[in-house]
Amino acid sequence: MKYGTEIVVLALAAFAALVAAAMAQDVPFQQHMWVLFFVLLGTVVVLMRNTTFAPRRAAAIPLRPDASAYMDGPVRYGSVATMFWGVVGFLVGVVVALQLAYPDLNIEPWFNFGRMRPLHTSAVVFAFGGNALIATSFYVVQRTCRARLFGGNLAWFVFWGYQLFIVMAATGYLLGITQSREYAEPEWYVDLWLTIVWVAYLVVFLGTIVRRKEPHIYVANWFYLSFIVTIAMLHVVNNLAMPVSIFGSKSYSLFAGVQDALTQWWYGHNAVGFFLTAGFLGMMYYFVPKQVNRPVYSYRLSIIHFWALIFLYIWAGPHHLHYTALPDWAQTLGMVFSVMLWMPSWGGMINGLMTLSGAWDKLRTDPIVRMMVLAIAFYGMSTFEGPMMSIKVVNSLSHYTDWTIGHVHSGALGWVGMITFGAVYFMVPKLWGRERLYSLRLVTWHFWLATLGIVVYAAVMWVSGIQQGLMWREYDDQGFLVYSFAETVAAMYPYYVVRAVGGLLFLSGALVMAYNITMTILGYEREEEPIGGQLASPESVLKPAE
Amino acid sequence: MDYHVMREFADSWGLLFMMIFFLGAVLFVFRPGAKKQAEEAARIPLKDDCNE
Repeated sequence: MKYGTEIVVLALAAFAALVAAAMAQDVPFQQHMWVLFFVLLGTVVVLMRNTTFAPRRAAAIPLRPDASAYMDGPVRYGSVATMFWGVVGFLVGVVVALQLAYPDLNIEPWFNFGRMRPLHTSAVVFAFGGNALIATSFYVVQRTCRARLFGGNLAWFVFWGYQLFIVMAATGYLLGITQSREYAEPEWYVDLWLTIVWVAYLVVFLGTIVRRKEPHIYVANWFYLSFIVTIAMLHVVNNLAMPVSIFGSKSYSLFAGVQDALTQWWYGHNAVGFFLTAGFLGMMYYFVPKQVNRPVYSYRLSIIHFWALIFLYIWAGPHHLHYTALPDWAQTLGMVFSVMLWMPSWGGMINGLMTLSGAWDKLRTDPIVRMMVLAIAFYGMSTFEGPMMSIKVVNSLSHYTDWTIGHVHSGALGWVGMITFGAVYFMVPKLWGRERLYSLRLVTWHFWLATLGIVVYAAVMWVSGIQQGLMWREYDDQGFLVYSFAETVAAMYPYYVVRAVGGLLFLSGALVMAYNITMTILGYEREEEPIGGQLASPESVLKPAE
Repeated sequence: MDYHVMREFADSWGLLFMMIFFLGAVLFVFRPGAKKQAEEAARIPLKDDCNE
């Protein structure tokens, strides 16, 4: 029977969710278990409608799947999921931006800002970014190890298990279930589920590396592996907590006070460092050389900046807690390590950009290369801005202001977003066996819409953040604060409107991409003029750099 | 094991181990013959990747 085990296990899980709903100690947990029950039930129904009871024939099922072929099913699903969650996450981003400008848009209780904000951050970081990382890591590790994914259907478990995590996290936020730890809001039972999925992910990835046919482990895999291992460690330690009841949504952290704050930002900053940086650098080290058809500028630089990044990033978290109860030496330590991080970060940026040396003309003809270069440029900019903002004097102006939000978005939209778009544009035609994308001209549209959106967003947030910081610290000659807090909020109104426009531009770019990707998958090719006249002759493209 | 014991270990043996590991990694990268090997490794993604 096809899907036999899956159907039985999922049906039992659905029953367990039903029992948990019946035994629930609090209303949000009950609602959440109903959500889980219907999700699992729906999955069982879909599987049962696709099952067959035909007897297995020996010829139809080979004893071992062909070990030479790559397993691209989860990568295909992952590319579509990346695109889908990307659009959802950007849409929620635009909504929360508008909620800040027009508070009437806060719809109680499910759709107020407090619940929508973690929905936005988790949707873009974990749903969009996470799916992109899982899909590209599976794509890259197979091709650079020349081995099929390890563990058979375990890769499918990773994909669907991760989607379940996303659905449970997202619905939990809207129901008001949160442990209030930034970028780690899901409660204990969702955290436990993610731990299981993540360990399976590690097994698949590491198993594939172990059975590689290529003697050397390519640098992209080092970055992906560091991302998987470190996120596992961060996730487990940050979420050490004791649930009030096994049928309740509330838990209490193992840590208290300033230790708790530091644990959270040790996690929070390394989520940036290892999820949003190391993982996406792995992406850069494979897809940029592929798209420009040149080896990486300096392989040895990539190894050195890898180890430097690993050893430095983990100490930078305290810069989120400047001028708090955290001991002064720890704040200074965080600051110093953040400033030192500038070097390995720019090592990566230079390595990525210089990979194009001798192929800079492709910027004119290939919008995907343009996207990747913009991503690397934004990586350079935001890894310059970050260390600068971690300096205590600068931080005294920038902390708690919109400047921080602008910085995060120049990194997230500019670096993470653009390198992911580039990678998806590269992978999709190959994964579905298409000659090319549906339209390169639409990629150009996407590029400019997204770029304009990021620039508008970041510039507006700089202005509003610095204004905010200056208004908060403005004293009159009597020593009184000049502005009340409400006045500083009112002053932000025009910036918040323009910020929403920036977000809307970025979202429209993503919609153009979704259309382009859909048409490519469906097998259409748009008739259009090649960009910038003729491409270089095939001989010069194929010839390696001399 | 209390905080101070861990703290002392971290800023002595821990620090030493990490410094030696990092410097070792850097020296390893610049060992004789590493350049040629690195150039070969850099070409890994550019070899054929078709899914037969």
